[in-house]
Amino acid sequence: MHLRKLVWREIFERKNQLATSFLAIFLGITAIVAIKNITFYSEKAVARELDALGANILVLPKSATVQDYYSADMQDDEFPEEYVTMLTMSDLQGLDNLSPKLSVPIEIRGRKVTLTGILPKSEFQVKGMWEGAGIFSLPAEGCGNTAEVPDAFKPPVEETLVRKRVIDDLGDNEALVGADVAALIGVQDGDDIEALGETFIVTAVLPQTGTVDDSRMFVHLHAVQRLSGKGPVINAIEIVGCCQAISAGLVQKINKLLPDAKVVTVTQVVDTQIKTNHMMASLSTVFLVIIVLVGGASIANYMYANVFERRREIGTLMALGAGSSLILQMFLLKGLLLGLVGGIGGYILGTVFAVTFGPRLAGIAVMPMPVLVLWAVGLSVGIALVASCLPARNAARLDPCATFQEV
Amino acid sequence: MLRMEGVSKSYNHRTSAVTALRDANVRMNRGDYVSIVGPSGSGKSTLLLMLGGMLSPTHGRVFVDGASLYDMTPNERAAFRKKNIGFVFQTFNLVPYLTAVENVQIPLFLAGKDEAVQRVCATELLERVGLGDRLDHKPSELSVGQQQRVALARVLANDPAVILADEPTGNLDPETGRQVIDFFDELNEEGRTIVMVTHDPSAAERARTTLRLVEGTVLNGKAESICAGYA
Repeated sequence: MHLRKLVWREIFERKNQLATSFLAIFLGITAIVAIKNITFYSEKAVARELDALGANILVLPKSATVQDYYSADMQDDEFPEEYVTMLTMSDLQGLDNLSPKLSVPIEIRGRKVTLTGILPKSEFQVKGMWEGAGIFSLPAEGCGNTAEVPDAFKPPVEETLVRKRVIDDLGDNEALVGADVAALIGVQDGDDIEALGETFIVTAVLPQTGTVDDSRMFVHLHAVQRLSGKGPVINAIEIVGCCQAISAGLVQKINKLLPDAKVVTVTQVVDTQIKTNHMMASLSTVFLVIIVLVGGASIANYMYANVFERRREIGTLMALGAGSSLILQMFLLKGLLLGLVGGIGGYILGTVFAVTFGPRLAGIAVMPMPVLVLWAVGLSVGIALVASCLPARNAARLDPCATFQEV
Repeated sequence: MLRMEGVSKSYNHRTSAVTALRDANVRMNRGDYVSIVGPSGSGKSTLLLMLGGMLSPTHGRVFVDGASLYDMTPNERAAFRKKNIGFVFQTFNLVPYLTAVENVQIPLFLAGKDEAVQRVCATELLERVGLGDRLDHKPSELSVGQQQRVALARVLANDPAVILADEPTGNLDPETGRQVIDFFDELNEEGRTIVMVTHDPSAAERARTTLRLVEGTVLNGKAESICAGYA
């Protein structure tokens, strides 16, 4: 005989009475684990989609509109390139990439084309869709990293061949040509092309994207600044921001840092994500409150009834020499076991539910998250122990005379 | 060994005070065999509980081997009971979800004995009371007589010097009751002090000393004279 055995045997003796409170905690944990699991993969999926879309935050001159930007990618107004430095040197978290741009209208062989100056690495990191060109397969930066623009602000580090081609080899006389422009003026890889009185070598013709990028010619930002005579200015910074950081107010922080610029998000996409996240967070909170109230109340109620029912047994144990601490341990251990089994069971069923129904409910693949087992067990055990505390204390303080019917 | 000095116990029942025991002065020596008799509600069980350290008096003191029982903390009293006192209950008070041998193991578990030792000792005790073939039976699977014998085996597990029994034959048929009293005789011959509350005149006659309680007052006397009233 030992304490665990005593508790375990009692649980099995009265398992039917225990079933309701066990179900309350078990199903509550199941629901929370399932929601958290699906939410995690939902957020990841949307973040991936946002990465594929490219920039989700735009920094524009005050006078520009988002419509202007997306229709022609050009505004009359500009702002200093120094803004990029300010962003890079700031301690803002969630800036995964920065892509400063300066666009000017030019004519090539009698055709109107948009000449866009870029800082190559950042530009191609953002444009995942251009990877089809075969030479620009840069990996996306992890969410939450402060942006880097090594070409301009950081000494070169050891980089892959692919990365070097993108960053280092796009020299002042090299150009990338959009698909429509290439077809319009009839150029191919390796051809020479003249713009603003300077000759550029076509490094690559970009594949069709179906966006305004198809009617652009990309050269180095500093070449555009020099040839257009505008100096160190830009007229847009495209930012890939981490979704969670955007939800947490990244746009407002950038606005504060750059008060003379207009900071906008690709609102439709980000708002959907924010709404989804908020809905999931609210749902999770609601279930948390329900499980604490219903699960906790159910366990406390069961424990009080259990103590009342076992008064004679407790009195007998006390008569045989059991101290109040042993009685306390008996009921707390019971609560602990209840919480442990409920937490582990809830984690397993919640995970099975999330993996099975996640694809149908959220349209995403969901994988088990082992870290949630700690969370589930911690929550379940915490609730069970707190709910058992008062009944256990009452049991420990029980008058042993209850053993005798006459008294 | 057991001494009560001027012990009284009063309860508040709704608006009126009820005196269960008044100014009791009792002395019992080591190895005594005492029966406590009296009508229902006369304070027999109250006196027994006080001797066992289970119920504190309103007034007076209870001494065991010179130590004042109610000057101890509740946990000290529990530890004292564990070492020195065994209780036998009218309704046996076996733990319903444990087997016979596990019930007998409880005092040994409380005393911190190793589980293997518990099992061996409990088995020996159950064999002593004639239940060697019922070790793994639950109380509900035993007759009332067998249940009381399990309770007797349990009371012996911590080898108590004092055994306090509250109506030990109250729920038993005469033959089984006689067997239980025979067993008490045997335990008393081993040198244990037996204090037994009973309504059964034949059981009370077996004690060497009888205390009679009437409306909370203790009267000393011999069993024969007191039990004459039951005949």
